[in-house]
Amino acid sequence: MRALMEGSEAIAEAAIAAGCRFFAGYPMTPFTELLESFAKRLPEEGGACINAESELEAIGMAWGAAATGARVATGSTGQGLSLMQESMSEITRAEIPLVVFNMARGQGDYFQATRGGGHGDYRHIVLAPIDVNEAVDITQLAFHLADQWRHPVLIYGDYLLAHTAEAVAIEPRSAESLGGPLPEKDWAVDGSLGGSGRSRNLNPIGMEKGSKGIDPDRFWRLLQEKQDRIEAAEQRFEAEHTEGAELLVVAFGTLARFARYVVRELRAEGVPVGYFRPITLWPFPGQALAEAAAGARTVACLEQNAGQMIDDVRLSLFGSGLPASSVVSIGGISTDAAGFGIGPLLDTEVVRDRIRAALEGRAVDGVLGGPIS
Amino acid sequence: MSQVESRGTVVIAVDRCKGCELCIPACPPAVLSMSVDQNAIGFAYPELAPGCTGCGACLLVCPDFCFAVYGYDEPVLHEEEDTACAP
Amino acid sequence: MKGSMTHRMKLDTANPPAQAARQKGSFASGLQLTTDHDLCPGCGEPVALRALLDAVETLGLAQRTIGVVGIGCYTALTSMIDLDLIQALHGRAPSLATGAKRMRPDALLFTLQGDGDMVNEGLQEVIHTAARGENVTCVLLNNGVFGETGGHMTATTVIGQRTKNTLEGRDAAYHGHPILIGDLLAGLGGTSYVARGSVHDAAGVAKTRKYFERAFESQMRGEGFSFVEVLTMCPTGWFVPTKEGPGYLDEVMGSVHVTGELKVGGVLKRD
Repeated sequence: MRALMEGSEAIAEAAIAAGCRFFAGYPMTPFTELLESFAKRLPEEGGACINAESELEAIGMAWGAAATGARVATGSTGQGLSLMQESMSEITRAEIPLVVFNMARGQGDYFQATRGGGHGDYRHIVLAPIDVNEAVDITQLAFHLADQWRHPVLIYGDYLLAHTAEAVAIEPRSAESLGGPLPEKDWAVDGSLGGSGRSRNLNPIGMEKGSKGIDPDRFWRLLQEKQDRIEAAEQRFEAEHTEGAELLVVAFGTLARFARYVVRELRAEGVPVGYFRPITLWPFPGQALAEAAAGARTVACLEQNAGQMIDDVRLSLFGSGLPASSVVSIGGISTDAAGFGIGPLLDTEVVRDRIRAALEGRAVDGVLGGPIS
Repeated sequence: MSQVESRGTVVIAVDRCKGCELCIPACPPAVLSMSVDQNAIGFAYPELAPGCTGCGACLLVCPDFCFAVYGYDEPVLHEEEDTACAP
Repeated sequence: MKGSMTHRMKLDTANPPAQAARQKGSFASGLQLTTDHDLCPGCGEPVALRALLDAVETLGLAQRTIGVVGIGCYTALTSMIDLDLIQALHGRAPSLATGAKRMRPDALLFTLQGDGDMVNEGLQEVIHTAARGENVTCVLLNNGVFGETGGHMTATTVIGQRTKNTLEGRDAAYHGHPILIGDLLAGLGGTSYVARGSVHDAAGVAKTRKYFERAFESQMRGEGFSFVEVLTMCPTGWFVPTKEGPGYLDEVMGSVHVTGELKVGGVLKRD
């Protein structure tokens, strides 16, 4: 049955349908409504939602809850996630499944999301839904992937995603439908193995019971091997009209919805443009992008920041024969007076103008962010 | 010659002692003293003289888990020799 | 002048006694996997840890206990603890314990933190956890210095105490005053049991173990937040001879961070 819900409410419902029973957070626009939704719904489901005293504590509470094997989530905006990075680094190293929502103020947190974000040598799985319906699917997938890989999964949303109402149907998904059966959580710390000689230490630095010292080199090599497997297995993307496209627009998240709309419109008018959207920002679907861009003269990156995803696009196309100068930015800093990321770029007319300009090799004085590079 | 009664005794894991000497003042009957010799890791370690009561104070204060404590069912008597020595 | 002394007999202490005897105490807690560790001679932390483990064992809670460990010298002891553990970041253990307890309400949850960890980096965490009345036990090993970094001032360093960054002694006018964390937490509505022990002598260790038992019992009765602070020696970090550690602890630290039970059953025991 479909119901009209705001993104925040729908995402919380999807998380609960996925078995999430613990959430901790600290209010911050545009994340606040997600926290409100969990605060209302989790106690009804026998779970707990704690209004933490800061993001530092929120991520710590989520860490402790997740360490016991429960399905757990936390989140904030990118600013709040900056505060959480130290713990997120350790959670990744300790191989604890966790889902983290970034209801970001625009797209300036791409590097924070995709480059690990904190100290150490790691990356998170990052999923960027285009709309509320996809966010519902991706939220359930995120809990599955977190458990499958024993790895944090970040969902990159924004103000639009959090506050747009869509008709959604939320049903619990089986593990099989999300990719297959999940491993036993035999690592989970439930307190039961004390005095057995086999008690656990869920530890981020490779410390083991019964022997002094640590072995971070071996431990982190194992972690890297796992990340290599994730990188090979979990690339997700959406592409349209790439056949015969002279210009390929690359965009992610809710901004991609504007790009997809305009590309469809232009194609209907016979303009040879295509559309590519990474759904996983890490692992970045580089091979798929290179194939989608194979016939294009220009690859135009539409992102609402000073140019971050464009690095991954250029890396993906390195060696493809397309000169680096043909990978251009048609996005830019674009925000509203409140700083929440609802800027002039979120307008199909503006996006259309910029795509046409890139196609014609014409510079445009941007709404904000200046001329295309 | 004097007779000293031990109501208990200790087993000392000499080779993990780090020579902190915390057990020496902790011992109520003052029957522990530090060795002249060194253990395998280069530290002096406690030695036991007759008169232990088996109270377990040494075990409680030892940071290196060097003591196991026993209480005798019947007190054990030790003969100790008093000797005079030059100044 | 002629001196006289007793050349005392050395008894065999390598083997258990041949005579009929019963064992009154073994080398280590039954919840220790090993006895070997690299902490300094005369350190108080292994002593406090054993008191904690003995309390868990005495109460028969080993198979329902989760420990959350902070970062300090004592972190190196976790490899010998035969309890389920979560390794936290510096200062963050009370939040982890909160999350774990909410998902495992039947488990005994304790944190193991030092004064740098709890009272410096993580002060906000422990205060809010206490004020929430979170049904966990936070444990502070308080030696008044950052031992692991080599003896630097913490928030509990007492006035006049020499550390590597207060070489002339902590000066209230320049370095500020110590935080008496046990007293601070005892004043909060969410705390049920607060005690401060010390491992400077055997009686202090025995009392400390009793405080652990009372705190854990309080948690298992669901009374709210409980707190056990243990004053521990750090002769290395204090720049005092190892043998003088217990005396320094008792006289210098213990006169400011006064030992005893501060709150029992939610009722303050001191003015």
